[in-house]
Amino acid sequence: MALLKSNKVILCLGNISPSLGVLSTRNSSWWGGVQMGPPDPILGVTEAFKRDTNPKKMNLGVGAYRDDQGKPFVLSCVRKAEAIIAAKQLDKEYLAIGGLGDFTKACAQLALGADNEVLKSGRNITVQTISGTGSLRIGANFLARFHGGPRDVYLPKPSWGNHTPIFRDAGMQLKAYRYYDPATCGFDFKGALDDISKIPEQSVILLHACAHNPTGVDPKPEQWKEISALVKKRNLLPFFDMAYQGFASGDIDRDAWAVRYFIEQGHNILLSQSFAKNMGLYGERVGGFTIVCTDAEEAKRVESQLKILIRPIYSNPPMNGARIASTILSTPDLRSLWLEEVHGMANRIIKMREQLVAGLKKEGSSHNWQHVIDQIGMFCFTGLKPEQVERLTKEFSVYMTKDGRISMAGISSGNVGYLAQGIHAVTK
Amino acid sequence: MSIFSDVPQAPPVAVFKLTADFREDSHPQKVNLGVGAYRTDDCQPWVLPVVKKVERLIVEDSSLNHEYLPILGLPEFRSASSKVALGEDSPAIKDNRVGGVQALGGTGALRIGAEFLRRWYNGVNNTATPVYVSAPTWENHNAVFADAGFKDIRPYHYWDAANRGLDLAGLLDDLEKAPEHSIFVLHACAHNPTGTDPNQEQWKKIAEVMKRRNLFVFFDSAYQGFASGSLEKDAWAIRYFVSEGFELLVAQSFSKNFGLYNERVGNLTVVAKDNDNLTRILSQMEKIVRTTWSNPPSQGARIVSKTLNSPELFDEWKSNVKTMADRVLLMRDQLKSKLQALGTPGTWDHITQQIGMFSFTGLNPKQVEFMIKEKHVYLMASGRINMCGITTKNIDYVAQSIHETVTSIQ
Repeated sequence: MALLKSNKVILCLGNISPSLGVLSTRNSSWWGGVQMGPPDPILGVTEAFKRDTNPKKMNLGVGAYRDDQGKPFVLSCVRKAEAIIAAKQLDKEYLAIGGLGDFTKACAQLALGADNEVLKSGRNITVQTISGTGSLRIGANFLARFHGGPRDVYLPKPSWGNHTPIFRDAGMQLKAYRYYDPATCGFDFKGALDDISKIPEQSVILLHACAHNPTGVDPKPEQWKEISALVKKRNLLPFFDMAYQGFASGDIDRDAWAVRYFIEQGHNILLSQSFAKNMGLYGERVGGFTIVCTDAEEAKRVESQLKILIRPIYSNPPMNGARIASTILSTPDLRSLWLEEVHGMANRIIKMREQLVAGLKKEGSSHNWQHVIDQIGMFCFTGLKPEQVERLTKEFSVYMTKDGRISMAGISSGNVGYLAQGIHAVTK
Repeated sequence: MSIFSDVPQAPPVAVFKLTADFREDSHPQKVNLGVGAYRTDDCQPWVLPVVKKVERLIVEDSSLNHEYLPILGLPEFRSASSKVALGEDSPAIKDNRVGGVQALGGTGALRIGAEFLRRWYNGVNNTATPVYVSAPTWENHNAVFADAGFKDIRPYHYWDAANRGLDLAGLLDDLEKAPEHSIFVLHACAHNPTGTDPNQEQWKKIAEVMKRRNLFVFFDSAYQGFASGSLEKDAWAIRYFVSEGFELLVAQSFSKNFGLYNERVGNLTVVAKDNDNLTRILSQMEKIVRTTWSNPPSQGARIVSKTLNSPELFDEWKSNVKTMADRVLLMRDQLKSKLQALGTPGTWDHITQQIGMFSFTGLNPKQVEFMIKEKHVYLMASGRINMCGITTKNIDYVAQSIHETVTSIQ
């Protein structure tokens, strides 16, 4: 992964230590040995896009939803919730370390289902986190400190670029299991099972709950069942990353199916949730981290340790986004409105997939683009090679990550034709 | 068998446990002098009028959305924050060698700074660099640096219990003896928990030794404006060190001076030798932020940024801050007078000599226990009280309680 390489570069170059004890603060700097960090591969795409003056340019880099006019979309349920909150004139007192209670409760219910046995028995601990990244990081730190098993976290190949440095910075080590099959642009089920069957016991296995990032390729329910059985057989610790609940199929329960199935099967999972995409609360940093424990007593012990971990990072989480999310989830008509709007976002994405494939057919492409429709969620692994991506960027001002990933949200009915033209041009 | 069977129950974070205990107490005269948040004379939290105004502007602005901020945060927020710390006319800012990293509160700023230092200061990944924190200090300092990877965190002399003031000689001695390149965490003003700050002459001495011995300066600035009521006065030490040529870090919090506690607004100001160094430093800060929280929360930064960047709102803010600082000063004055009037044994000058939200009363653990259990006045085991918890309505009871405690418990 690009980020993996860049970290290695930093470490290598950084071994040229500045000479110590000879520096005088008047004439030289403490920081002479600090290397220039490479730009973030995902966010770097947006930077490059911004600089481009081509009126037809398209940003298919970062995964933030856009409406059919290509504009950021603030959900109505969010605006309504904000108005309700503003009217309440609340104070700004510190939240508890674990966050807003109303939020963490609603967050866990959303993921697990309101009548889940886990919630009833109080054997989960759910804390509010700084969106999905913060959640993964807390989880990673917790594992590094308390997990008695191997240091290895197994990621699907490929995975979100930031997974690797997050776990690494927390002190864990990264390994991979096969996941994406470039030959089919689909799920390498056989390869995944094969690799998972060889993972040493008690290792951590990271699973994307739905709308796999970056490939958009999700296992089917039958496949999830086999994965669950195998994970149980190997005695692995499942860590679910659910950043797109509702956003994948349009149905929040359907998108949480794998998470709930695993729990039903007796796996005591770790779970990261993000509300960045499904509520459009990106910059408010709303997320949750859950550990399903054996019982309520264990949950209390685990909670106390999570607090000890969180306190020296940021003390307690930000209120605004959590307040909005919790208001939406617990106010019936806002919740229904939200479900409609999430459904709407997912549908627009699905429509764009269909239109892109239709467009490519129209251009006369002889390739099989079925995977664009079969994949799910915000991203599509087009199958484009780096050279083709480069051409697409240079000649058509279409910006995407080098791995051929496009954010479907960046496509609109107004530019899907142009995109089809470009992709056809570089692949024919 | 659970993989977590062996996870031990961790002790609760003391300051929050104190508030929890206070909440459960049903005594009609109970007083909470624990956690550091401002209270009005009605003992209520106070949302600053300027904050209310700006929040309304934000809600009404339909052009605003909830998109991701850049990794380092809202640019207008970062520059305005650093300006507040270093001054309008800061030569360092003019030299383009100052940058900011928006962070989650002061804690977040400290943590990002600590992570950066561990990776890049005094070698690469040198976890052995000693980190010095004052004795006593904010109880979270230790964990921030330890969790950032530093293995050697040491106290430096600070509080002179016998004289209830600054142990300057001890402090300077520690500076002389510290290994070169050691990191020192300095409280910019309103030292937490003692409320005792070095005066200008003392700061100059501290700076002289630190420069000579090549020690690294990391300022924790959580109370700018809140301490004396003047932004400039409270930033004097920071600005002095910058003018003396130090490359340094400043962890700024807007929790107290903006009353934005739960929106987690902070800024790590980086003062580098030149723009080239600054650029490289910030690029590495980005890497650290990306794996911690990716990008910071929007709401609080917008409020602060709008306020600091508008001359009228900025003035209104300064006056709100002065309101808070003045109430604290008034309570200090009155508490001391009442204790003196009661003839409470001991000297109580330290109450008005100390500055900021907190006062180190000098009460010992047994006396603290008595205060909590018998008088239902809640304070930290160290004897630290939050002056903001005192109001014209409860000050007599508080003074009485201290008097009773000191006369009956030794």
